[in-house]
This record gives sequence, C-alpha cells and structure tokens, in this order.
Amino acid sequence: MANAQEMLVTQDKFTHRKNLKKDIKHSLGEYIIEKIIFCLGITSVIIFSLIFLFLLRTGLTLFRDVSLKEFLFSKNWFPISVNPQYGILPLVAGSLLITAGAILISVPIGVGCAIYISEVAPPKTKMVLKVIIEFLSAIPSVVLGFLGIVVLANWVRISFSLSSGFTALTGSILVSLMALPTIITISDDAINALPKEYREASLALGATKWETIINVLVPAASSGIIAAIMLGIGRAIGETMTVMMVTGNAAKIPDTFLTSARTMTATIAAEMGDTVRNGTHYHALFAVGIVLLMMTTCINLIADFVLNRARKEGR
Amino acid sequence: MSKISVKDLNLFYGDFQALKNITLNIEEKKVTALIGPSGCGKSTFLRSLNRMNDLIDGVKIKGDLKLEEQDIYQKDVDVVALRRRVGMVFQKPNPFPKSIYENVAYGPRRYGIKTRKQLDEIVEKSLKKAALWEEVKDRLSKSALGLSGGQQQRLCIARALAMEPEVLLMDEPTSALDPIATAKIEELIVELKKEYTIVIVTHSMQQAARISDETAFFLMGEVVEVDTTQKIFTKPRDKRTEDYVTGRFG
Repeated sequence: MANAQEMLVTQDKFTHRKNLKKDIKHSLGEYIIEKIIFCLGITSVIIFSLIFLFLLRTGLTLFRDVSLKEFLFSKNWFPISVNPQYGILPLVAGSLLITAGAILISVPIGVGCAIYISEVAPPKTKMVLKVIIEFLSAIPSVVLGFLGIVVLANWVRISFSLSSGFTALTGSILVSLMALPTIITISDDAINALPKEYREASLALGATKWETIINVLVPAASSGIIAAIMLGIGRAIGETMTVMMVTGNAAKIPDTFLTSARTMTATIAAEMGDTVRNGTHYHALFAVGIVLLMMTTCINLIADFVLNRARKEGR
Repeated sequence: MSKISVKDLNLFYGDFQALKNITLNIEEKKVTALIGPSGCGKSTFLRSLNRMNDLIDGVKIKGDLKLEEQDIYQKDVDVVALRRRVGMVFQKPNPFPKSIYENVAYGPRRYGIKTRKQLDEIVEKSLKKAALWEEVKDRLSKSALGLSGGQQQRLCIARALAMEPEVLLMDEPTSALDPIATAKIEELIVELKKEYTIVIVTHSMQQAARISDETAFFLMGEVVEVDTTQKIFTKPRDKRTEDYVTGRFG
C-alpha cells in the first residue's frame, strides 16, 4: 500500500516535470497546424481581393477612353455603333426597376408566408411547405427563364394587351420567385428565434393570435425580416439568366414596368462573347461589373449589419 | 366567497394524466398559494385557470372550472375575454422588446383604448400599483429590456394590472430574482390582495407561509390538502403534507 502510494507520488513528480519543459515536437506540430488553418481561413479573403483587384484593373482602363461622367450619367449604351457610347444609366435603371418590382412582389408574399409557417400552420403543413420552398430555391434559373418565355411572357402580353410580353414586369415576377425562398427562410428563422415568452405574455393579456403576430412578433423580429429582404434584394439584383431570357433587353431607360428593360448582369453575359479582348467595350463591361459588385456588396453589408443587431437583440 | 371553484378537474397531456380530480375553491381577495414538488401539476393547474393550456397540443380537460358562476371551459366562452379577467405573471420576467410605456399600454390598447390621455392615466396607475412608478417615471419611453430583473417582473405585474383583471395568476414570480427583488414583489402581493384575487405557485415554503392566506398542497397531480396557510404549516392533517412542509422531502 505504502509502496503503491510512493510510486504514485514519483509518477506525479515525473509528469509534472515533463509538462513544465517545453516539448519542441509538440509545439512545432501545433504551430504548423495553426498556420495551415490560418491559410485556409484567409483563402476566401484572398480570392475576393484578387477578383476585386482584377475587376478594378481591367475595368478602370475604360476611363482612358471614356470619361467617368459619360459612363455614369450618359443615357445611351451603344457599345457597337460607329460612334460608340458607354452610358451605364439605362442598365442601372433596368436592374433597379426589375429588382424593385421583384421586391414589391416577393416581400408581402414572403413575409406573409413566413408568418404562416412559423405561427399559424399545423406541423404537417409546415413541413410540406418548407420542403416545397426548398424545391423552389433548387430550380435552375434557366428552367425558370424557360417557363417565363413560354408561359409568363404570353400571359403578360395578353393580360396587358401588349405587342410583346418580354417586359420588366415579366422579369420582376420571375426574379421575385427566386428571391422568395431566401426571404421566407430567413424571416421564418427570425420569427422562430423569438422566445416563446413573448407569445405567452401577449396571449395572457387577452390579445388574439393575430394581434400577437402584428403587435409583438413581427416588430420583435423586424431586424431579421429586414435582413431577409436585403438578402432577397441581393439575390434579385445579381440574377442573370432568367432576366436575360424574358425582359427583351432593350438598352433604354424603362419608363414603365410594361416596357422592355436590360439589366447590368444581362448586358455583361450577352455582350462579353462578342467583344474584342482589351478593347474599350471589353473594359466597359468590366466597369459595369465593378458597379454591380459594389451594389451587391453594399446590400450584403447592410444585411449583415442588421442581422447582427437582430442577434444582439434576440439575446 | 369563492371567486373560482373547481370540481373534479382532470387534465391529460395525451395519455399522461397531469391533474387528477382536483377540487378546490379560491377565495376572493385572498392569496392562495399552490405548493408541491416539481412536476406535481401546480403550474398546469394555474395555467388551466386562464386556459393557457389551450396553447399546448393534445391537452384534454374534463370537469368543472367556474369563474364566479360561469364555466370557463364551455364552448361559447371567449378565451380573450376570460384572459382579460384573469391576468397572469410568468416565472421568467417577459417584457416585450418595447418601451416601458408601450409594455403597460399593450393590454388596454388591445381592448380599444386609443386616446393618449386615457392611456397615460392607466400606465401611471398600473405602474404605481406595481410599485415601479417612482423608479421609471422619467424613462417611460426607454426600452423595458434595460430594466433589472426585479424591475422587469414588476413591470410585468403592472402590465397585467393595466387590464384591470379580477384574478391575478402568478407562476413562481420570484424564482428568477434575488432576495431583495423578491422581498419587494412579496410586499407588493400583500398590498395587491386588497383589490385582487391572487393565486401564486411557489417553490419556496417560506414564501407561501409569508404571503398567503390559503395553501393547497399538490402531489403527483392531486390536491393532498387545502386549508388556511396557518393550518397547513402548523397542524397539517395529512402525513404527506407534514413531511413536505417540514422539509423531509421535495
């Protein structure tokens, strides 16, 4: 017994001494792993900066040939005419109009759907709806565009008695379909994350379910819902394929939803193949890319900011 | 006179019977304490008094539960109207993420009081009754989440009082609070019983002894004994009650 105890003590002393000494092998391994993980971690940062630098370098070359003022404020985008003009305004207007339309359509539907899913729907319906919404986000944009050409454009043409159904409205409707899953999922998460005490407190005060939703739950989840909308906008403004297929792509400032419009994304996608490498047109498309990237980055930053605030409030 | 009379109340969560043949009268303008070990059904019973159990799926209730002369589980009962008469304060302080003023005005707004003047009056009166007015009168427009735990709980009491309820249900209202805040709430309860009928669930036997007039001892979904608080704590009739209040189990 005494022997065993003694052994234990010496062993203790031994491990003690060993731990105090710096183990080179151990700490070297730790050092290497830390560095590897660090490199992996900053890869995305590096990739983003490289993309941005490349865009910037190529895009800014445009301003040797075209003034910044003309690029930003001229109303004409005629890159391949004899007298080429590179005014980005119609493209920005097209993108903004289609995005605004999409948001007008998808926000009421999306937020309403999120409220229904998180507060009203019975568990089974809730599950089915969630699966369907995931499906919606999995539809490839080309397929949606195809449906847009065949079904939606026709419907728009007939309903509004137009000569062509390829309008900003058609694009807005399709893009709203693509922004919906984002808006629904994130709003639903925001409402679900609210403590159940809010619900109980409101109901115990004699409020109805509807009053509880409108007066307590939606205001309490408002930051999350706003972030959802911002991310939906980001999704809509960056969308390329569907809008290119259904909006008619006329590069003029659209005055109503029922005329043809052209977005920045569609312009880049459609024209990049026909440009001369390192020509003015080529550079102009990159400059359009810079503007687009700046817009989406801003939107994402705002969404991030609002989401962070929502998390802090949510406690 | 009994404000609430309960006869042969049985409550099931699916197949599990949480309350068994509860028969109990709650006296008007007195404090009735519900005591018993965790899971004995006292909170479930409290929540059946304003039908908060309706929110849980698969709850079945049988028996009579009358508020004055009206059976509150009859089909034609308006739950919203019931909850205006039977207010509730929860275990964890749960103010809305709104201003102090809006928290108190929430209930009155729901039943249609719109003018600023009336709301101001109700807010002031309720906060005074909840002994919170002096502490918050200069920051009514600030967020309620900035208050301390004890203040938040008193705000929740004020919010419930703003509905002018007849009965106030309290589900372990001090279990999340420190001793000083607890003492304040207890003082408040004693003050409030002049006007309101109060039913309080508590884990603390001392609390029940300090503030209640009547005590009901719950065990495994049954009421073992109900009597004046003094009797329950000095001369309990049932051996199990005696074991519990003397701290031999639970």
